[in-house]
Amino acid sequence: MSAGVGVDLENLWIRFGDFVAVRDANVHIKGGDFFSFLGPSGCGKTTILRAVSGFLDPSEGQVLIGGNDMKGIGPNKRPTALIFQNLALFPLMKVWENITFSMEIKGASAKERRKRADELLDMIALPGQGDKLPSELSGGQRQRVAIARALCAEPDVLLLDEPLSALDLKLRQHMRTELREIQQRVGITFIYITHDQGEALTMSDNIAVMRAGVIDQIGDGKTIYNDPSTAFAASFVGENNVFRGTVKQVQGDKALIATNRSGDLLARISTANQGKMKAGDDAMMFIRPEAFALAPAGTQGDHFVTATVTNEEFEGNSFNIFMEGEGGKEMKVSLPNLGQSFDSHKGQPMTLQYDVQNAVALPAGDLATE
Amino acid sequence: MKNLSFMRLSIWIYLGVFFAYLLGPLVIMSVTAFNSPEFPRATPWECLTFEWFSALFQDERILNGIKNSILVGAGTVVLSVAMGLAGALMLTQIWPKLRATYYTIIIAPILVPGVVIGISTLVFWDRINRMVGLGADSFLSNGLFLTVIGQSTFIASYCMLVLVARLQRYDTALTEAALDLGATHAQAFRKVLLPFMKPAIASAAVLAFLASFENYNTTTFTFGEYPTLTIELAQKVRYGITPAISALAFIIVLLTVFAALFNEANIRRKELVAEARKEATVEELSSGQFKLPGFLSSNWAAVALVIVACATVTVVGTATVYSPQQCIADVQEQKRLETELRIQELKRQRELRRQQQEAEQGSSAAPAQSKPAGNDSGFGGVFAPTNLEGETEQQGSTESEGNNSGFGGVFAPSTLSGEDTSEGSGN
Repeated sequence: MSAGVGVDLENLWIRFGDFVAVRDANVHIKGGDFFSFLGPSGCGKTTILRAVSGFLDPSEGQVLIGGNDMKGIGPNKRPTALIFQNLALFPLMKVWENITFSMEIKGASAKERRKRADELLDMIALPGQGDKLPSELSGGQRQRVAIARALCAEPDVLLLDEPLSALDLKLRQHMRTELREIQQRVGITFIYITHDQGEALTMSDNIAVMRAGVIDQIGDGKTIYNDPSTAFAASFVGENNVFRGTVKQVQGDKALIATNRSGDLLARISTANQGKMKAGDDAMMFIRPEAFALAPAGTQGDHFVTATVTNEEFEGNSFNIFMEGEGGKEMKVSLPNLGQSFDSHKGQPMTLQYDVQNAVALPAGDLATE
Repeated sequence: MKNLSFMRLSIWIYLGVFFAYLLGPLVIMSVTAFNSPEFPRATPWECLTFEWFSALFQDERILNGIKNSILVGAGTVVLSVAMGLAGALMLTQIWPKLRATYYTIIIAPILVPGVVIGISTLVFWDRINRMVGLGADSFLSNGLFLTVIGQSTFIASYCMLVLVARLQRYDTALTEAALDLGATHAQAFRKVLLPFMKPAIASAAVLAFLASFENYNTTTFTFGEYPTLTIELAQKVRYGITPAISALAFIIVLLTVFAALFNEANIRRKELVAEARKEATVEELSSGQFKLPGFLSSNWAAVALVIVACATVTVVGTATVYSPQQCIADVQEQKRLETELRIQELKRQRELRRQQQEAEQGSSAAPAQSKPAGNDSGFGGVFAPTNLEGETEQQGSTESEGNNSGFGGVFAPSTLSGEDTSEGSGN
């Protein structure tokens, strides 16, 4: 399998009048990568996708596909295929005609098209459904037909614009696995747009986290999750407990943060911010709910937090404990369900501890709004 | 309960009145096409006849009018649908700021009176014709060309409204998807947008044809050497109307009913097929052998269509062998007898009056001036052309007679020769 065709965005700016939709994006996507743009709606990720597929001209900067500048090349001449958010299957064509539309354009005979359609229908596990109309299929089936239609055009890069957002939860989880499998089978570059961090984390080789037209962080899923480089990335991807405060002291790659309500706490400075934080700066500290562990009551120190249990939840794979610290500071703790006995502590004060490696100190910034 | 049934009853009565108002004239007119009197009327019923249909098909001017109407209609359909589609595409895809203004401009021709459009078309193209330096018989002053151009100016707006309604439901992502899959803009238009627009284009075409076919006030200025059916009918009515016009109306009504039923039957069939497809299994679908519902099954429109078709064939069949000559002769004979009786009656009255006057005055005054005698004979006999000989005799004696007869007789073409002798009857 060849390495596939890469996509590069160089100093990409896209403006609509005075509104800046994309601000100075620099992204290098390796050939054969499953690359996701992750961000809340309206952050400019679809705009980037449209610039790559050719429906939008960048205001500044370049889009390179396989190293070639795509300026002035229309969507029908680019080696990309786009899967639309609403799928955009042609409602009056049968499934097999939909799938082989790109061949019809090139003048292929009906027999050839039929044959190719049957192959692709087998691949997407819809054998024999070619004679139906799109309206006669279920949501998940339509989804797969849209993928087959895009793959039939034999693109070097497949672009997916939140294709799973219209499906129900169960189907969405199933399609994640399926999409990933298809990508590995065909070996082409996938660029995936989503606001669902679960989708991005499970499927992608690499993720770009976007906020209001700016790319905050690019990295693989683990890096994004464990070592976020901005407060936004930390709060948008996965759940996180935030502690606001100021930097009291920098100790090598760690910082002691004087938090507003929970005393002085020690945290690791994230890789991207090493050496950039100094005493007196406004800072934020993030600890994941699952990074907490119970500690003996009354223990004090720079990696202990005391709070009162307000509510408890059993979620199957974990116990969720909601706590309230001093001054109404809310926290969530998740303890893995390992079969241990769990007594209710509702209304009781508890002491939590964490591993300093798992707490991340970042410069203060905007948080993702739920 | 009582209130409810009263409500229901009044709704039914309302519906009855409403449909009588809508369809009544058409029904009466259709009936007149089969009655033998020369002026279209439904009562008294005289004889069943099909001669008005043959009269219609022998009327060169009507046939020529139909031909011209169809030519103009075809031209208008092509031009209006094309312009309407272009306008609709502009309207839905132009940037939003200009949309309202653009809409107003495009819709304006509908609001301008047809007469104004007719005159302006004539004047405008005459100017163009002169500017280009062509003669009076050039293409630009051709009646067909001018009529098509003139009608299309406002019919295109109708078409655009129909097409815009459909276009607004079009997902532009479909065009983008086609482009993305390698289609050129032309291919995307032809393979994706046009098939989607097909039903609306068909409706717009039918609408355009009907609007063109019935148009009078624009055409009346532009037809030149090519009078359309409406123009011919209007000119005919000036000289009198015959049931041949009713026959034409009946044929048009029948065609409309046919088209409506056919359309309805088709729609229902499509629904049934869609349902059958849903129930069909994958194997049946791919082998193309799943059971299609029959044309007539659970489809009342199709059944009605077949019934109407059968009825039409029967009537046409009867018409070719049926001859109303005997009946018409009987009726004429009867009328002649009635007329004779009446003439004798009149003569007798006149004689009586003359004798009275003689008795009163001794010498005779002018008998022609004073008589209201015509009022008796007036309405009953006036419409029947066979009465004419009788009437002309009377008109010599009474002037008031002429006014009464004039109103009815003026429409019957065969009364024309009679009218020449009656002075002032046209007033």
